[in-house]
Amino acid sequence: MQLHLHDVWFVLIAALWTGYFFLEGFDFGIGILTRVVARDDEERGVLLATIGPVWDGNEVWLLTAVGATFAAFPDWYATMCSGFYLPMLAVVVCLIVRGVALEYRAKRDDAAWKRSCDRCIFFTSLICAPLWGFMFANMVRGVPIGPDRNFTGTLLDLVNPYSLLGGAVTLLLFTLHGALYAALKTSGELRRRSRETARRASGFTVVFVLAFLMWTQRNTGGTSTLILLAVVAAALVLAAELNDAGRDGWAFALSGLAVAAVTATLFLALFPAVMPSSLSPGLDLTVANASASAHTLRILTWVAAAMLPIVIGYQSWTYRVFRKRVVLRRASAPVQQRETC
Amino acid sequence: MNLALAPETLARWQFGITTVYHFLFVPLTISLAAITAALETAWVRTGKTKYLHATKFWGKLFLINIALGVVTGIVQEFQFGMNWSDYSRFVGDIFGAPLAFEALIAFFLESTFIGLWIFGWDKLPKKVHCACIWLVSLGTVLSSYFILAANAWMQHPVGYTLDKGTGRPQLTDFWAVLTQQTVLVNAWHTLSASFLTGGAFVVGISCYHLWKTKRAHDQGEESGPAGRERTVVMRTSLRLGLTLAAVAGLATAVSGDSLGQVMFEQQPMKMAAAEALWDTQAPAPFSAFAVGNLDERRNDLAVEIPGLLSFLAHHNFNDAVPGINDVARQEADRFGGDPADYVPNIFMTFWGFRLMITFGMASRGAGMAGLWLTRKKRWLATRLRTADDEVPRLALTRHRELGPLLNKWFWRVGILTMAFPLISNSFGWIFTEMGRQPWVVNGLMKTADAVSPGVGTASEVTSLTVFTLLYAALAFVEIRLMVRYAKAGPGTNVTPNQEDSPAQPETTDRPLPLTY
Repeated sequence: MQLHLHDVWFVLIAALWTGYFFLEGFDFGIGILTRVVARDDEERGVLLATIGPVWDGNEVWLLTAVGATFAAFPDWYATMCSGFYLPMLAVVVCLIVRGVALEYRAKRDDAAWKRSCDRCIFFTSLICAPLWGFMFANMVRGVPIGPDRNFTGTLLDLVNPYSLLGGAVTLLLFTLHGALYAALKTSGELRRRSRETARRASGFTVVFVLAFLMWTQRNTGGTSTLILLAVVAAALVLAAELNDAGRDGWAFALSGLAVAAVTATLFLALFPAVMPSSLSPGLDLTVANASASAHTLRILTWVAAAMLPIVIGYQSWTYRVFRKRVVLRRASAPVQQRETC
Repeated sequence: MNLALAPETLARWQFGITTVYHFLFVPLTISLAAITAALETAWVRTGKTKYLHATKFWGKLFLINIALGVVTGIVQEFQFGMNWSDYSRFVGDIFGAPLAFEALIAFFLESTFIGLWIFGWDKLPKKVHCACIWLVSLGTVLSSYFILAANAWMQHPVGYTLDKGTGRPQLTDFWAVLTQQTVLVNAWHTLSASFLTGGAFVVGISCYHLWKTKRAHDQGEESGPAGRERTVVMRTSLRLGLTLAAVAGLATAVSGDSLGQVMFEQQPMKMAAAEALWDTQAPAPFSAFAVGNLDERRNDLAVEIPGLLSFLAHHNFNDAVPGINDVARQEADRFGGDPADYVPNIFMTFWGFRLMITFGMASRGAGMAGLWLTRKKRWLATRLRTADDEVPRLALTRHRELGPLLNKWFWRVGILTMAFPLISNSFGWIFTEMGRQPWVVNGLMKTADAVSPGVGTASEVTSLTVFTLLYAALAFVEIRLMVRYAKAGPGTNVTPNQEDSPAQPETTDRPLPLTY
């Protein structure tokens, strides 16, 4: 079998999306947990501080995935962005509002300001997390793509049980992933509540994720996706067990493995198409017909091969620098008392 | 069809709004990153606390600014696919690569190390911490370079062949895309304009504080040690900003001249439109002011300086400069259609070009004037006199001492100057993009053929409305925050909590500081 560069780039783009869902997955989870686990402004602050130094770098995985798709598979990029116009718009708006809220939250000291920022962070995370599953499920399922390679349907074509289930899957998976991350990065009461939330979320997550994967398996599955399905099931169950046992690090690593395996399943289900057309298999966008020229792919490959290890290196270093748990110090407790008296 | 709501019109408005808005933050981000890095380096090298205070102060404004720069950049990356899908398909083989490299090489660097810089003050050794902000700065510069390479390719496509099967350009020489003259000159011009923007920004805010200090002192108020320290920080910043404005302003003018020549050669229509030069003339005059008559394709009124345009185009006073009518006829002969189809919006290009130059040069002039006026050491008040070691050792300022001159008008002009480069940048961007119309890729693809055919008017209207409202709200929040922090001035109780060795030995279990 000959190795085609467009196959390599399909794998690389899958890897970039996997990195994105792994990393920003728990960022979204933390955003959602600010209304579930945290009880007050300071606890929300602690939760957000766990992702403070890293969320921006995590988000770049998305920008790189999208940029790489543009460069390596221009037709995929064009059809995806214009076809999923309104969901994409929602994602972009959420990322803007969320980024600004995260950056500006600590910039003022009044409670109302913090409350609005918190509200923005919570709702944008809550909207973004399922939208990714919704869009990827649609991509795997196939959407109406005409002969000119443009999406010919409407928003209603995107709303179907499979894609809604896909949305629920990323929402639950990211929430669980975030709860396990919070358990790993906080201490005391917050850690206890995060673990409790993870325990409660894991049951739902297993059910929804497996249902979604089995559905995918039935449609486009093979041996490899079946193996991944087993990996996801084992990882989620083990993550729940280890969470109960208080092994935060391992539990988080396993939920990350589950995120990665679910993403891999979606890409395996796609291959060799990148966006199947629901109108006719002949209209599918595939790795072969949607890719850039071999020359462009070669240049991209060299640069990616040189840069990605460096990027992974310095991002890992960041996590090492900030490896300590975030501890809540009730510095403002006396002030609060004075106000209530 | 209602022409005002054609998808192309909506997509163009959206692109214009989101890009000009994004570009308000980009030049400031580029320059403030470097300014903050330079100030932190000064602190690491000299240990003087004024540099630490300055680093923290300008760093804070930098962070407020970059937050919006980053999030508005996300829109740019998605909207090529969302609104311009046919464009993306057409140019993907070439245009996508610089975008991917921008993310891979520049964005990762910027966003990872900015997290380390914000949260790493007491976690990293001094020098490592300082290296982080330099890497952020490098990221901002690289990022602008890649995006300008992509843009320059649209202005002047190189390094490709047209694929016979698809009719699309195929990459043959990526090095040419990255290093063609257009991008080199463009990057030089944009980066120097960015530093002019940052310089004017620093000048404006420093002027505000020094004016306040001067007024308080004139009224006999005691400023106290904290006030004095703040004055020292602002005085250093003012000199730095003025120097930047003067030097970067000069570089902007010189690079602008080179860029003009490149454009006369590559995009004669853009320059003819910028000059409202309807007919080819030799020698060609520069029109300082013109009232155009679009129907009859001539100027009703024009104030002209003979020969100057020839000089700008060719660096001599005699050579012919092609006019709008002649270039339009040539393009129509070559690509078909009516000559009028190939004429960009003359009003916008003519005035955009002039406003760009006027506001840019005004801020440079203010920088030069400021350097002259502040060249003495005692321009505040005797009690607030600059010590010898506080004045940056700049060739222009050394060993000069004259009496105080500065009244409130100096400070007011200084504050006003802050806005000039922002206006100049916006018009420069509008000019260079609108001057290229009707082409989205010069000579290869027209803007009208670039839009997403599958996206309906309703979706376009929705996104245009959402972005316009969202950006207005963000502007409100951002400006208020900026003003608040700028007015508060540098904190002077900041203590350097860093050592040369890692502040945190492995054995201690100090928690992460709570920054959010």
